[in-house]
Amino acid sequence: MSLDDEPPAFGHRAAVGADPTSGPSPAPERAAAVADVATLDRPEPATGPIWVVRDSWVEATRHLRVVPRNPELLIFATIQPVMFVLLFVYVFGGAIEVPGFENYDQFLIPGIFAQSIVFGSAFTSVGIAEDMQKGYIDRLRSLPMSRSAVLIGRTVSDLVRNIITFLVMLVVAFAVGFRFEGTFVEALVATALLLAFSYALSWIQALIGLSVSSVEAANSAGFIWMFPFTFVSSAFVDPSQMPDWLEPIARNNPFTVATNAARALYNGLPVGTDAMVTLGWSVGITAVFAALSIRKFGSSTVA
Amino acid sequence: MSTPSITDIAVEAHGLVKRFGDNVAVDGVDLQVPRGAIYGLLGPNGAGKTTTVRLLTTLLRPDAGSATIDGIDVAREPTRVRARIGLTGQYAAVEERLTATENLQMIGRLYRLDATEVRTRAGELLERFDLVDAADRVVKGYSGGMRRRLDIAMSLIARPSVLFLDEPTTGLDPRSRLAMWELIEELETDGTTVLLTTQYLDEADRLAERIVVIDTGRVIAQGSSDELKDQIGGDRLSVTIARAENAGRAIEALRPLCRGGVDVDPVGDGRHLTASISAGDRVVPSAIRALDDAGVDVLDVEVRRPTLDDVFLTLTGKRADDNGEEAA
Repeated sequence: MSLDDEPPAFGHRAAVGADPTSGPSPAPERAAAVADVATLDRPEPATGPIWVVRDSWVEATRHLRVVPRNPELLIFATIQPVMFVLLFVYVFGGAIEVPGFENYDQFLIPGIFAQSIVFGSAFTSVGIAEDMQKGYIDRLRSLPMSRSAVLIGRTVSDLVRNIITFLVMLVVAFAVGFRFEGTFVEALVATALLLAFSYALSWIQALIGLSVSSVEAANSAGFIWMFPFTFVSSAFVDPSQMPDWLEPIARNNPFTVATNAARALYNGLPVGTDAMVTLGWSVGITAVFAALSIRKFGSSTVA
Repeated sequence: MSTPSITDIAVEAHGLVKRFGDNVAVDGVDLQVPRGAIYGLLGPNGAGKTTTVRLLTTLLRPDAGSATIDGIDVAREPTRVRARIGLTGQYAAVEERLTATENLQMIGRLYRLDATEVRTRAGELLERFDLVDAADRVVKGYSGGMRRRLDIAMSLIARPSVLFLDEPTTGLDPRSRLAMWELIEELETDGTTVLLTTQYLDEADRLAERIVVIDTGRVIAQGSSDELKDQIGGDRLSVTIARAENAGRAIEALRPLCRGGVDVDPVGDGRHLTASISAGDRVVPSAIRALDDAGVDVLDVEVRRPTLDDVFLTLTGKRADDNGEEAA
């Protein structure tokens, strides 16, 4: 049995309409129903910034609605940073001395805030990988919605989740003696900078989530780089106490800059250029990785 | 601007090609689906069915060829195409953490329906897909059949002109499968054009008014189920012999009785032979006599109408549900 190159010629090939008696043309009563069910005259699907915002919000609510229904997820997401606050304050608190800070807690806690908020961005890679694996992303890709809204909705909802985690952490930090030494506005700016930085990183996580083939891979790939990223920094110790070869790396780590900016603002110390540099990193990372992720999201598809 | 007239062709493809590296998944597929029809894309795993659907639904960019939905070019105006198609993929793409109502409303909003329409449509579909009682429960607890129903309902929320169903019953238990068939048959009476892929011959036979057989990325035959059966000719004689080593002798003995050759079932143990015959039942005594004269022990002789399985076997040399390595 050979497989011929030419399809066997059947009585009526797909030449539709050529022969209404034997061809597969729709039956009259069916054709009548076409008009009211499958409307052929459709408005052009609207595009433009307003629709990007609207579609993004629909996607964000998909993730946010779930939060109050599964409080345990949020609780577990909060336990880790709370644990870090307690462990570092009580285990290392007495042993570590940092030049320029009398009280290690005031130095440490902004660092833990920064680290936890950055860790929170890992939700993004796992969530996107999950949607990919379940075929949900394909469903969204087949809709006339804005292409970027899927990723914007995801990153925004993860930001909201991060804010909730941050508030819980803040309460615990105050309970162990942490105080805003500067003005309230400075504390707000510090928090906003950390959140902006975390939002930028969630775009890196989005790219990771779109690039890996499984949720498990997203979980490891999303987390693994954060350990050197957040520990080789000024979050827990002053970089001057590190080996010579490591110190410049730690000092130039954008995470160090973000931590220093937040720490200075929480403690009412002069922040220098760190705030602006942090903002620059946040905007830059967001711009580059949002572009890459959105391109990746649509790369295989038509436009 | 190409404003499509109300054309009779809902889906049209010309010479679609898609390569993944060296592997040509779709190798020049031509397709024409008239409005309101249910067409079945039938082929084994790896034949290129899903890739074809992904090309038609804007999820993949073709390497060559073109396709239109309602006369709108898939590559040139993907967003307009997306507004008039519904896609149900191989795995139920539902948001497990939300309820059925929320799932429907969300997809409705992303199809840009207005709030009232979303609510009405969601209500209608919940009713029709028998999900009213479960409507406000989180999907996580749903059975496979319920998920599939919700999945299809989500694809229908914007009253698509063309619905793509990629292996709609894969992974369903027999009862849910039957229910799904009934549901798909009802779609037809709505006037929705349906293109479904399947590797089940009985499914294509039952649902599709026209079947497009696809293998190694090419359309190798198309027609109604009856046309396909006629194509391979008459009835089928199927013989089971006692010992595989006698197959050669059995084939020699049967050849004079049959039209064309006698085939050994490639997936069996070499004891099952099939052949196309035209003489109907009268062949049976002759076949038994011929085999007996040749000294072949016969276990079973049967004459039957050809199934789509026979069609597939004749056209491709393998069974439709053969997930073998030769698919590439």
